[in-house]
Amino acid sequence: SFGLWGITLLMGLLSVFFVCLFFSSAFAVDRGNFKTCDQSAFCKRQRAFKPGQSPYRALLETLELSDSRLTLQLINDNNKVHLLLELYRLQGNMTRVKINELKPLKPRFEVPDVLIAEPPTDLSVLSKDDNGVVLSLGAESQRLIVSARPFRLDIMEGPEVLLSLNSRGLLAFEHLRLRKDTNKEEDGLWEETFKSHTDTKPNGPTSISLDFSLPGVEHVYGIPEHADDLKLKTTDGGDPYRLYNLDVFQYELYNPMALYGSIPLMLAHNTQRTMGIFWLNAAETWVDISSNTAGKTVFGKMLDFVQGSSEKPQTDVRWISESGIIDVFIMLGPKPSDVFSQYASLTGTQSFPPLASLGYHQCRWNYNDQEDVKSVDQGFDQHDIPYDFIWLDIEHADGKRYFTWDPHKFSQPKEMLQGLMDKKRKMVAIVDPHIKVDSGYKIHNEITSKDFYVKNKDGGNYEGWCWPGNSGYPDFTNPEMRAWWASMFAYDQYEGSMENLFTWNDMNEPSVFNGPEVTMHKDALHGKWEHRDIHNMYGLYVQMATAEGQIQRSGGAERPFVLTRAFFAGSQRFGAVWTGDNAAEWDHLKISIPMCLSLGLVGVSFCGADVGGFFKNPSTELLVRWYQTGAYQPFFRAHAHLDTTRREPWLFGPENTALIREAVRQRYALLPYWYQLFFQAYRTGMPVMRPLWVDYPKDTATFTIDDEFLIGSDLLVHPVTEEGSRGVTAYLPGAGEVWYDVHTFQKHNGAQNLYIPVTLSSIPVFQRGGSIIPRKDRVRRSSACMENDPYTLYVALSPKKFAEGKLYIDDGHSFNYDTKKEFIHRSLTFANNALTSSNLCPDCNFLTSSWIEKVLILGASKPSKVVLKMNGKETPVDFEFDSSMSVLTLRKPGMNAGDDWTLLLQ
Amino acid sequence: MTCLHLLLTLVFAVSLGTPVEIQRPRGVPLTKKQFYEESKPFTCLDGSRTIPFDRVNDDYCDCKDGSDEPGTAACPNGSFHCTNAGYRPMFIPSSRINDGICDCCDTTDEYNSGAKCENTCKELGRKEREVLQKMAEITKEGFLLKQQLIEEAKKGQQEKQSKVTDMQENKKQLDEKVEALRTVKETAEQPEKEAKERHLKAWEEQKAAIRLEKDKAKMAETFLELDDNADGFVSVSELQSHAELDPDADGTLTEIEAQGLMGGAEQVDTSTFESVWPKIKDKYHSEVSREEADISCLEPAPVETPPDEVKEPVVDNDSEPYPEDDISEEEDEDDEDEDDYHEDDDKVSAQPTIKTPEKTHEDEEAMPPYDADTQALIDAAQKARDDFEEAEKALREMDDQIRNIEKELSFDFGPDAEFTYLYSQCYELTTSEYIYRLCPFNRVSQKPKYGGSETNLGTWGSWSGPENNKYLLMKYEQGTGCWQGPNRSTTVKLTCGKETVVTSTSEPSRCEYLMEFTTPAVCQEPANIDPSPHDHVEL
Repeated sequence: SFGLWGITLLMGLLSVFFVCLFFSSAFAVDRGNFKTCDQSAFCKRQRAFKPGQSPYRALLETLELSDSRLTLQLINDNNKVHLLLELYRLQGNMTRVKINELKPLKPRFEVPDVLIAEPPTDLSVLSKDDNGVVLSLGAESQRLIVSARPFRLDIMEGPEVLLSLNSRGLLAFEHLRLRKDTNKEEDGLWEETFKSHTDTKPNGPTSISLDFSLPGVEHVYGIPEHADDLKLKTTDGGDPYRLYNLDVFQYELYNPMALYGSIPLMLAHNTQRTMGIFWLNAAETWVDISSNTAGKTVFGKMLDFVQGSSEKPQTDVRWISESGIIDVFIMLGPKPSDVFSQYASLTGTQSFPPLASLGYHQCRWNYNDQEDVKSVDQGFDQHDIPYDFIWLDIEHADGKRYFTWDPHKFSQPKEMLQGLMDKKRKMVAIVDPHIKVDSGYKIHNEITSKDFYVKNKDGGNYEGWCWPGNSGYPDFTNPEMRAWWASMFAYDQYEGSMENLFTWNDMNEPSVFNGPEVTMHKDALHGKWEHRDIHNMYGLYVQMATAEGQIQRSGGAERPFVLTRAFFAGSQRFGAVWTGDNAAEWDHLKISIPMCLSLGLVGVSFCGADVGGFFKNPSTELLVRWYQTGAYQPFFRAHAHLDTTRREPWLFGPENTALIREAVRQRYALLPYWYQLFFQAYRTGMPVMRPLWVDYPKDTATFTIDDEFLIGSDLLVHPVTEEGSRGVTAYLPGAGEVWYDVHTFQKHNGAQNLYIPVTLSSIPVFQRGGSIIPRKDRVRRSSACMENDPYTLYVALSPKKFAEGKLYIDDGHSFNYDTKKEFIHRSLTFANNALTSSNLCPDCNFLTSSWIEKVLILGASKPSKVVLKMNGKETPVDFEFDSSMSVLTLRKPGMNAGDDWTLLLQ
Repeated sequence: MTCLHLLLTLVFAVSLGTPVEIQRPRGVPLTKKQFYEESKPFTCLDGSRTIPFDRVNDDYCDCKDGSDEPGTAACPNGSFHCTNAGYRPMFIPSSRINDGICDCCDTTDEYNSGAKCENTCKELGRKEREVLQKMAEITKEGFLLKQQLIEEAKKGQQEKQSKVTDMQENKKQLDEKVEALRTVKETAEQPEKEAKERHLKAWEEQKAAIRLEKDKAKMAETFLELDDNADGFVSVSELQSHAELDPDADGTLTEIEAQGLMGGAEQVDTSTFESVWPKIKDKYHSEVSREEADISCLEPAPVETPPDEVKEPVVDNDSEPYPEDDISEEEDEDDEDEDDYHEDDDKVSAQPTIKTPEKTHEDEEAMPPYDADTQALIDAAQKARDDFEEAEKALREMDDQIRNIEKELSFDFGPDAEFTYLYSQCYELTTSEYIYRLCPFNRVSQKPKYGGSETNLGTWGSWSGPENNKYLLMKYEQGTGCWQGPNRSTTVKLTCGKETVVTSTSEPSRCEYLMEFTTPAVCQEPANIDPSPHDHVEL
């Protein structure tokens, strides 16, 4: 969480070299510490290939077809090396394309543990001739055409090409070879040096590359993590987007440099269809994007359209990875929600978090001691601001030996945790994956004796510098190691831990202060695989093992909560992600929106940015605006660097305390909605925080919007992210739809740009006409305190006087919703002047004491009478009508939130 | 459905031992009971609307100000009153009613949450009374101490004030004295100067006569040396044997050149040689000089060093800035000897008798001692100088002292000068790692316990407590800078205590320190509380 320069405090005596290295970086990333494509030998090599005739040819006579799989050999006519192509049709409109060497010198790495299932389904050959094969992809006349000479794949629907592979001839597969067989000793084939680090490459060149063409596509998204706009840019003339998990100190915005995590999934979208390309490879990866319309003006495009002359818009994408195999999943949508469920069927959905983790988190590097924790906790009560989690950073441990406590500052951790528990609050303590090399440290000794450390190229334990000084890195790719790690979270192992203590995995890229690009040497060894092969997965495994530990400590009963900085495809199954070490700058507040939107599109819904900005001190206005924005983003945590001044919410005068309190209270009131959305994300893979185009896929005006966003389908948020702003212009999508300002209930028409004057207290949020949002308006000091509180239903009517929504309730923390179906899931529908609650899960079983205290119907007309129909009985309900805003308030109808009922407006 | 209808509480309050029943809606303080009359419709306390009384505490918020739900959590802005018999009554936000957390010690906030609360009011009351009693004792004693401090400070201040006044008076006298002595000095120095000049002139005339004598002797000696054939004449050829006399420095003394030196004569006798001598004496090498005395070598250019230019080692006064730091008076006294030394430095010594070792061989050239009259004048002048300097120094010291006292008097030592005693004191606190040192009105510092240099955590800035009592916080600013951060600063929080002691330090934010400090100086006059235990009851 801290970048690099704090290191000097710790290691000043140890290494003058580092001091020089890190002090030299001022307040921006030192780009020289990180590779460009030109400095990465394989990227440079691959990028030197230009589009043209592919040397690859399909050997149709080798075709073999089983029920679900077609195999076929490819040959590179330049070097006669044979590749094996495997094609699968997967359930849910997906195609998997695998290309490996037919007979590699030794096995090439294939990514394990990311896919939760690979559900193959029927594949049939429609026709075959000398030129190629046509395969049926099932419904909708979708076909896959394998062309033999040169080799290419085209996926068609009817007469239209949806996507082509190797159409630009950029398939390049560096086969394994012996050094003695290498013709010429090209630079970087068998050894590569960057700065002072030499990467020995015992396997020589192993990179792979493939191109994809997307006719009719002008908008591509995804492949986080980059501090860049939502819509991906073309990379011609610059570096490709890089995917290589790195601890980047003081990252810069708006560029394609790699950051802490990598998810190699790209979405392509146009008004007709949304598709996905999932490149399952955990090695260093670069993605080039070009477009034949990029740079054309709108007028130019229109001219093309009018003249009918132009070529179709097309986006071309090229993936380059350093090692492994080509293993691509092509998701054909066609709707955005289809792509989300297709991807979810492969890598799983967002883990369903404990309700409390959707509340507010208070973090700082560092809360100094137990007394400090106590006084901050009391501060929240004194200022009547709710919070659920207080966090401890690395200083809480005894000399950065994770799983331990500083004997002076945190001598009685259980006392501290009990104090929080008495207030129904929780704590997170950091556990990083670097382990202090210290023979007096239990964790180190056990890892050593079990031989669980990552090895260096020579077979000794790999060691590097991190917070504790010299550190070992457990081999999290080893399932035995992960099982052991998980067992360390048992209450009798992790001394001082209690059930309200949760975990934060930082520095898990892994960060190695003295390693190449501040990470692990690529020739380090994880069993038989090189770090090169698994790099982007290391962080996923750390979080996986930690979450497993939290589940196990409760005997499988309780949901875990683990925050991670590094991630990979599939990380969504294990907890939350944050955008790392940002800064207290307005641009960093702005970028938090596209960064979390991009993550949401590729499965990671539980995303947030450090509220206030990690580095530097925010102005009061920025801090307030950040709270207002963060309150409407999934993971809501304030965090600050060690060197910043204190910024607990009450330190900026009563007016600002009130503004922050109000933002946090809005969050808490909406927790039922957030919780329901996370349940939906867990079940379907639908992102919680989403770009507008996900719900308005045909509205091109939404395609590049990333200064506002949707929470679920029903709330549209346009946070104020400009300093000194007096107004924002929000785009309200949906022709013929209406949106209601959630604060004033004023109604606005969809499909318009709406100017909203703002003051410092404004958070422009709109509820979609046609939706019902349950809220708990009785905000208390933590989410657990609100468990039994009643609901208020906000029914926002569509122009057709219709609305629907869902209500989800469970115990908020256990797996009983899953294992025992202990939850309430209700559909709320307003139609024909009747609001009805009906059961979506009749065989579910959960009792709540929450009830419905109030119903607000926005856009209503005045009824003469309101009646509650329940259990065959009818009782009148008091109501009030505000004719100026057309708001009907039903007073205390009082039914239990789990009951069947109907409210009739007569 | 959780129905919480009108809940009226029966409050059993113990008032002077007599139980009294008071009926009012839950959560309403007695002071507001009058607004909640069961027989009448209820009007929200902000007057915004009137509702039937059965909507009071019916777990639904009707009033914008939350006043209809004093006993439920229905209103976001409501507050709940707990009587807390045996302890202090208090208001809590409505959101804390039935949240499962016991907030009121009389358990009344958790009447429907299942939370197992115990009535701890008696215990809390007892503890609070103990604490209050202890506090009261401390306050009482502290306040007494404070009175002494005020007394002392006032006395000290008065003393200082009058001292300053006295000193100002003395200073005036000193000023006059200095001026008088200056005149005396100048008056004495004039005749001294004239006498010394006379003496010097006489000596110089004497020296010139001696030099002439010597020259003549040398000339005679040279003549004899040159006159190789001892015929009473120095001839051209005899002169030519001394090539060093060559006027054009070409290495040879030609006959013509020698003749030129001799004024065209072939030879000169002793009396004519007198006119030749000046032309050759500077270049002439004595024939005996190589083996014998080097006196002749030293002779040609005897550089006179006037005695009054002889310098003593002088300490440059400018390099030693006048000590402006707060040095206590005691330290000032200690410095006096040293100061004496410095004071003399800028005076050039006029002692004429000082001899430098190099000149010993020129004893015959040394200035003869002053005659008795001159010496008497010098002695008189010297005494006048000494007297003057002494007076001047005393004046400067007086100025310093006045400045120091005035500086001290200029500090804001509190409304009654009760903080005066902290001035020029230091207080330390040793933690596991550091020794913290607070020198009030001066600076705060931190020093590693096990070696290492001291870090300045801030120098005295200002009082910075809240408006109603700024003397509760001290701010020390502009300490040693932090890397990439601000200059270190320290806030000192003052609380009432019998002793003056630093009780804790912390660093809530990086480089922003907080120090807690007890002193009697902030003890308030104790309210006349009766510490005898009896329940606080509102009626």
